[in-house]
Amino acid sequence: MTALLSVDRVSKSFGGVTANRDVSVNVGEGEIVGLIGPNGSGKTTLFNTIVGFHPVDSGSISFAGREITKLRVPRIARRGLLRTFQQTRIYPKMTCMENMAVSTPHRGARLTTMLRRHPPEVADKSEALLEFVGLYSKRFLRGGDLSFGQQKLLEFAMALMNEPRMLLLDEPTAGINPTLINGLIDRLKRANADLGITLFVIEHNMRVIMNLATRIYCLAHGQLLAEGPPEEIQNDQRVIDAYLGAE
Amino acid sequence: MTGAAALRGGGASRRFIVFCLVFGAISIAAPFLFPAIVKQLSIFWVMVIVAYTWDTMGGQLGYNSFGNIVFFGAGLYLSAIVQIAPFTDMRAYTAAGEQGEALALTMGQYLGGLAPGLVAAALIGFALAIVFGFVILGLRGHYFAIGTLALGIFIAQIFANWEYVGAGSGLTMPDLPGRGRASDQTKSLVFYFLCFALAAVTILFLRWLYSTRFGLAINAIRDDEDKAEAMGIATTVYKVAAWSVSGFFLGICGALYGNIVRFVDPEETAFDGPGLGVWMVLMAVLGGKGSLWGPLIGAVLFHATKELLWTYLLGFQNIALGLLVIIIVVFFPEGIMGWIRSRWPQLVGERVDATAEVAR
Repeated sequence: MTALLSVDRVSKSFGGVTANRDVSVNVGEGEIVGLIGPNGSGKTTLFNTIVGFHPVDSGSISFAGREITKLRVPRIARRGLLRTFQQTRIYPKMTCMENMAVSTPHRGARLTTMLRRHPPEVADKSEALLEFVGLYSKRFLRGGDLSFGQQKLLEFAMALMNEPRMLLLDEPTAGINPTLINGLIDRLKRANADLGITLFVIEHNMRVIMNLATRIYCLAHGQLLAEGPPEEIQNDQRVIDAYLGAE
Repeated sequence: MTGAAALRGGGASRRFIVFCLVFGAISIAAPFLFPAIVKQLSIFWVMVIVAYTWDTMGGQLGYNSFGNIVFFGAGLYLSAIVQIAPFTDMRAYTAAGEQGEALALTMGQYLGGLAPGLVAAALIGFALAIVFGFVILGLRGHYFAIGTLALGIFIAQIFANWEYVGAGSGLTMPDLPGRGRASDQTKSLVFYFLCFALAAVTILFLRWLYSTRFGLAINAIRDDEDKAEAMGIATTVYKVAAWSVSGFFLGICGALYGNIVRFVDPEETAFDGPGLGVWMVLMAVLGGKGSLWGPLIGAVLFHATKELLWTYLLGFQNIALGLLVIIIVVFFPEGIMGWIRSRWPQLVGERVDATAEVAR
């Protein structure tokens, strides 16, 4: 399988803290891959590094066969590699429909194209995707008026609106009530199967990640600890030790 | 007008057209109904323009600029140079100051200087905003506000020390030819209608701009700039573009203002940071930041109150003005438009679905 995203021996430290050390990760086109690890193991740092939020100390990253190590956030996003945030970020003073409309892909957007209105298809697609995540009835409410769980769903819908090739999801189910989680897993799977979006997911909820991912990477202390299919990872003594704190 | 309405086609609503016709008619009739206060009415439109152009940055983009006065002052001075320098020795004219001879221009010379002066003022505001934008729009939040404050003081000092334009002793703008009361009345009417036209164009242009994809993008930057970047929005370009729109209209506005007041002091007329530079913020906040009609409401309220206080409470005007600001901030923290929006959401185009109410 050719890798859509390939992270090659990436290191990143902040002052004296080494957040990532020689991390190598490959995600193939169409895969759903999980990323787990105890708190502070460097998962979010790895996401930040991949999307260009901060420069790497060493190593290289390529996406769809092209080097993206030195590109900044908006340019990487325009190439179709998108991330959602752990703390959930939407535009609070804009309505759900506006949140969706502004999330249309910005590939090839120039000032001249930006000085036009959104074509009617954008509203249709926004409504369809809001329906898909179950927020249709709230479409004219402001993003900031939604509950936390609903904001998470909105953020996911916005990401789909952007038509990414690959989506990095940082704890998509954190703070969502258990009955909604099953629905969300189902929607993530459908986004992968129907829309062909490759997913790379950070998740603490083991039941979710074991259900969702076909392959899992485990980080501990900034280093890659294990890699493999869910059953194998679940029974890996090193992973169990890392989570339970055995050294 | 909300983006959601724009997303569903939008266009000029009937209510908007009726409002424009009524308000336009009042504005055209006003100087004839109140001939004694035409100058104050002209300055009202100046207030409207500075409030709107401030709101583009502070309300729509979320960047609180205290340096917009720079484009206003630069436009004013460049227009002065274009209007004076071709007809006399600028250096001698400004050195003589108020003791010197008034500049006697023919109508052709006056208009031949004013027209390119206004164009030059627009261009300098536009260009300065682009240059300064790329330098300081990388700063966010309070850092941007303080950076722009410093910028305003810095530019004001340059002009206060530049002999060619009169330095600290200021300069006198040329006057429309003609003498006598009737002629004075015509002069003030000319500038009233120039200011009114500029304000109308500014409002209509911004209304259109906010309805485009660009408008939504700058709103997104206001709400969460990191998120906007993560979604692929080229934030720097839009931030600089928004400021250059402000600069463009502010430049012309400054040039008109200079011609209305005629005597230009660098720190009290052109780069009046503590006065006009703060008032533009106040008006937008009073009326409601980030709404189309907020700055207009704020300007009406502020300018009327200010003129009345200056007339009837001279000596205490700043105290009274301060009280007004405190009352507004305490009782209408989101401005008048924000208050209307929370009380009568439908009135400002907010759509509340019955189903959404139930689902909530």
